[in-house]
Amino acid sequence: MMKTEKKVQEPIFHVVKKDGVVLWRAWLIRAAAIVLALLVCALLILVMTDQTPVEVFESIFEGAIGVRGVNVMALFQSAAMLLCISLAVTPAFKMKFWNIGAEGQVLMGGLAAAACMICLRGVVPNGVLILLIFVTGVLAGMLWGVIPALFKAQWGTNETLFTLMMNYAAMQIVSFFVVKWENPKNSGKIGIINQRGEFKQAGWLPELFDVDYLLNILIVLAVMILAWVYLKYSKQGFEITVVGESENTARYVGINVKKVIIRTMAISGAICGLAGVLLVAGTHHTIAANTAGGNGFTAVMVSWLAKFNPFVMAGVSFFIAFLEKGAGGLATNTGLNASFADIIIGILLFFIIGCEFFLNYRIVVNKQRFSGRLKQKGGE
Amino acid sequence: MAFLSFILRFLPRAVTQGIPLLYGCTGEILTEKSGNLNLGIPGIMYVGGISGIIGGFFYETYAAEMNPVLTILIPFVCSLLGSGLMALIYSFLTITLRANQNVAGLALTIFGEGVGNFFGGSLVKLVNNGSAEIKLNKTNVAFRQVLPFAKDWGWFGELFLNYGFLAYLAILVAVAVALVLKRTKTGLNLRAVGENPATADAAGINVTRYKYVATCVGGMIAGLGGLYYVMDYQMGTWANDGALGARGWLAIALVIFALWKPHVGIIGSVLFGGLYILYNYVGVARNIEPLFNMLPYVVTIVVLIITSIRKKRENQPPASLGLAYFREER
Amino acid sequence: MKGIPAIELRNVTKKFGSVVANKNVNLSVMRGEILSILGENGSGKTTLMNMISGIYYPDEGQIFIDGEEVVIRSPKDAFRYKIGMIHQHFKLVDLFTAAENVVLGLEEKEKYSVKSAAQKVAELCERYGFEIDPNKKIYEMSVSEKQTVEILKVLYRGADILILDEPTAVLTPQETQKLFAVLRKMREEGHSIVIITHKLHEVMSLSDRVSVLRKGEYIDTVVTAETTEEELTEMMVGQKVVLNIERSEPKDRRERLMVKDLNCTNTDGVKMLNHVSFTAYSGEILGIAGIAGSGQRELLEAIAGLQSLESGEILYHNPKTDEVVELRDKNTKQIHDLGVRLSFIPEDRLGMGLVANMGIVDNILLRRYQKGKGMFVQRAKPREIAEQIVEDLNVVTPDLKTPVRRLSGGNVQKVLLGRELSFTPTVLMAAYPVRGLDINSSYTIYNVLNEQKEKGVAVIFVGEDLDVLIDLCDRIMVINSGTITGMVDARSATKEQIGLLMTKTDGGAEA
Repeated sequence: MMKTEKKVQEPIFHVVKKDGVVLWRAWLIRAAAIVLALLVCALLILVMTDQTPVEVFESIFEGAIGVRGVNVMALFQSAAMLLCISLAVTPAFKMKFWNIGAEGQVLMGGLAAAACMICLRGVVPNGVLILLIFVTGVLAGMLWGVIPALFKAQWGTNETLFTLMMNYAAMQIVSFFVVKWENPKNSGKIGIINQRGEFKQAGWLPELFDVDYLLNILIVLAVMILAWVYLKYSKQGFEITVVGESENTARYVGINVKKVIIRTMAISGAICGLAGVLLVAGTHHTIAANTAGGNGFTAVMVSWLAKFNPFVMAGVSFFIAFLEKGAGGLATNTGLNASFADIIIGILLFFIIGCEFFLNYRIVVNKQRFSGRLKQKGGE
Repeated sequence: MAFLSFILRFLPRAVTQGIPLLYGCTGEILTEKSGNLNLGIPGIMYVGGISGIIGGFFYETYAAEMNPVLTILIPFVCSLLGSGLMALIYSFLTITLRANQNVAGLALTIFGEGVGNFFGGSLVKLVNNGSAEIKLNKTNVAFRQVLPFAKDWGWFGELFLNYGFLAYLAILVAVAVALVLKRTKTGLNLRAVGENPATADAAGINVTRYKYVATCVGGMIAGLGGLYYVMDYQMGTWANDGALGARGWLAIALVIFALWKPHVGIIGSVLFGGLYILYNYVGVARNIEPLFNMLPYVVTIVVLIITSIRKKRENQPPASLGLAYFREER
Repeated sequence: MKGIPAIELRNVTKKFGSVVANKNVNLSVMRGEILSILGENGSGKTTLMNMISGIYYPDEGQIFIDGEEVVIRSPKDAFRYKIGMIHQHFKLVDLFTAAENVVLGLEEKEKYSVKSAAQKVAELCERYGFEIDPNKKIYEMSVSEKQTVEILKVLYRGADILILDEPTAVLTPQETQKLFAVLRKMREEGHSIVIITHKLHEVMSLSDRVSVLRKGEYIDTVVTAETTEEELTEMMVGQKVVLNIERSEPKDRRERLMVKDLNCTNTDGVKMLNHVSFTAYSGEILGIAGIAGSGQRELLEAIAGLQSLESGEILYHNPKTDEVVELRDKNTKQIHDLGVRLSFIPEDRLGMGLVANMGIVDNILLRRYQKGKGMFVQRAKPREIAEQIVEDLNVVTPDLKTPVRRLSGGNVQKVLLGRELSFTPTVLMAAYPVRGLDINSSYTIYNVLNEQKEKGVAVIFVGEDLDVLIDLCDRIMVINSGTITGMVDARSATKEQIGLLMTKTDGGAEA
């Protein structure tokens, strides 16, 4: 009657959910994943190049911090920018609002900064100009973040797809202004704004103590500490956590969920806008559709991999910036293409993303059942 | 008459613009119907394109005599393998290891773009003829071979027959996927997996297998979009300019616009393609061009908003989209 | 009856993390037999059946079909052994039609088409006397229609071992009778039927034998004809239960909460509250009885400010100021700001009352985070309260930071109740506060409710066990499909009387 084979086939293992994992073990698993990923990358590098491992190592270091560390500030700057955007998306993620529109929010902030630099130079004193740059930049980023939030709060419009689309709308708007403010004509780019002449360095963020990017870095560090305090100790931060955990509970304790969604996205967008200001007024002094450089997407991963902890995010950002620059340096030294860095980052991310499985699940080998059955068979 | 000549100039260009989007859209619909939101589509299209280029490049460079069938087949198979492998990475991470889909997808895009530009750049260096791009002269001709009567059939030929075979394949695939989803048991099962995996599982459907197959086949289809873009649209050239990535995201937009229906995607792809190049035909100044390029995204946002307001059950994203499935969840 | 059971379990054990859901369970079902699995909430009935139907995989133990050991790795394996399960939470795709749901996942020889599937389902309906439109979408269906589709699904697959998980929980008495008739007919045809329930009268009227589980452990199997409800209860709860709650006469009974003519409709357009009016007094326990889903949840949530209403009034009489305030259309925070000390223990403890991933302190903080000036939360006071609750109510927890989802059901409820009582409420609403709790925890809860009543609190208690309602409450209000069908004195009411009010279908008078 039964067509199935008579022999009992046991699955060799099955997967069960873990109750939670001790903190040190969690980080041990993640560290193991990173080491494994680096091994794979090392293997790839050895296959691709004819350098010895020591030379490879040197190339990476040199790429990351420059010859005798001349580029070390640039490395910190890259890490700071990535960190800033990661901090920006974190409140939204904690609320389970998938803001993958950071790229666009950064661009809008940067665009506002560039607009101030171009249109208001000479109109207002430089101090006021810089203040205006910050205010408009933050507001522009906020606006770009709030639009999807309004629709999410009101009609539950899918925020992942909405914010994604807003990125490309922002890019095209930036492209539009690039053509409008093109300099020189028909070059297809803006060039360094206020580089020389009457308005030399108007709207540029000042250089503290003659150290490149120091102001940017300090601002981002301040944002990091504020974000940590805000998320962990403030009433609003607590509301964000509750909404993220359970909207029902939030309603039960009288939290206005719609308000929290909109407010949180305003904050998220505002910090992105700030990042845009730092990129345009504090770093590049120009703007293009690729000014955010994909950091808006990388930040999604940084925030998520750091489990929303701002200090861990700083570490992860630095690590990724280091690898990106280091792999770039390796590529130049060995005649490989600069995109090699993306491949390395990609492999690393795959491993770190994959290792989360071992934090949440356990593989159970069905030994007990197996031996139990044997025993029974033996008894027959 | 002026209108007809406008259509004759405009529509074929819109179609060639739209074909990569259509591939990406069909592939992503298939993927999303299994509950996987694959944001790695741009990366997959990169890899689909570069794998085809690599295959074509080596065949064209090292084959003594080029067999017309192999000229097509080698890049085609290489493209499928490359994009299939990419989709497999994504599937393993999200289905077997139950990783967050957004994060895994974005990582895949970074990786894919890196792979594309790395090998693209390396090939340019290998050729070393001073140009910043490589060009596969013979392969591209094979891919761009139009239907034989295209020239003889007047406006009809120009409008409908004047494309390379990949364009027709795109439409065939879209129609086939639409039919499979709507008319077959496999399609029914797949939709159930995307809507409610626990129910599908209880009904005896192998959720894991359906997710894997849909995601991998979807990825391969999307990869063909990359192949069409480099072989046909770009005439067998590769340039590290990020244009393929933009098309990948546009393809994801198209999925929303098409309300997860591949046959609507056919019309939508021509519309999106048309919107993308409209500025060339309506005589606007160059400075407004980007605003026209923004149209597809704006239209998508509007569609997204309208469907969320109308809340028609049939037009919503698959209910389990973005969520990992674990049978023993409590 | 034949000697070899259709299905037999030996020493089956299943753990979820550290929680043992089933421990060394033995069970057997014959052909042509209806077996009831009886047990309290949380006794592991559903987990056990999920292992037979391939949803879960057992950690230890063996399963035999017709005397042969088998391994059921997936629902597909279960179908192969002709096992079909009708889940309590229906496993249907809302977007599909009835027919599409029925044929879902089947590998049939003939070519699939929507039309032929509908045709075959229609034929099946005719054979068993079901009335259902095969082309109707699930999201347009009523609960009993959905259940019919579930049954059609297993019948269509030719299942001869049927498992039904609490099938009557959502049905009207008429629908229940219809279902039982179908099940009896299947038994005559030689099917084996396993029905999970905690309703004793159903066990007695339907099944041939009863297997009892308690806290995941297998207790015994008895022949229905040779046992009594009392004996089964004893097996189920472990000790002879005499509900012995000391009920005092209400003192200083005054109007506290006046609810007038509430109406509300849910998102599917179903009327959930229909002209509901009643008054709750201080110093008494007002019980609310009714079949699950009759509007109890909506009523309590409306009072707590979580449910929007079409019309009606909710008035609160403040004992301190002697003022009467309107609570309608105010959210929890606004109600609190009015000085109304209203506490609400919702049915969904971890999904609404508490945040599962937070520790006890943060869960206490949940209702107090806005206290204090400035933009920062203050955890000192909540920590104090948390320590107090742990001590007073004997909450078993490793520490105050452990996420409450890791605590047992009883301890979770104690945390929730303790928090709500820390406000010294004047109105206390509790929805199914003992659901899923063991007897000892249940008694702690009953005692707490009684104490509150004696302190002069107006207690509103939604319960499912009529014996408890009758022993604990002062008055019992009966709700039936959103309409109040009666208000009875608990001291004189009988179960039969309340049961009738719960199930009668003609409109019903208002209380």
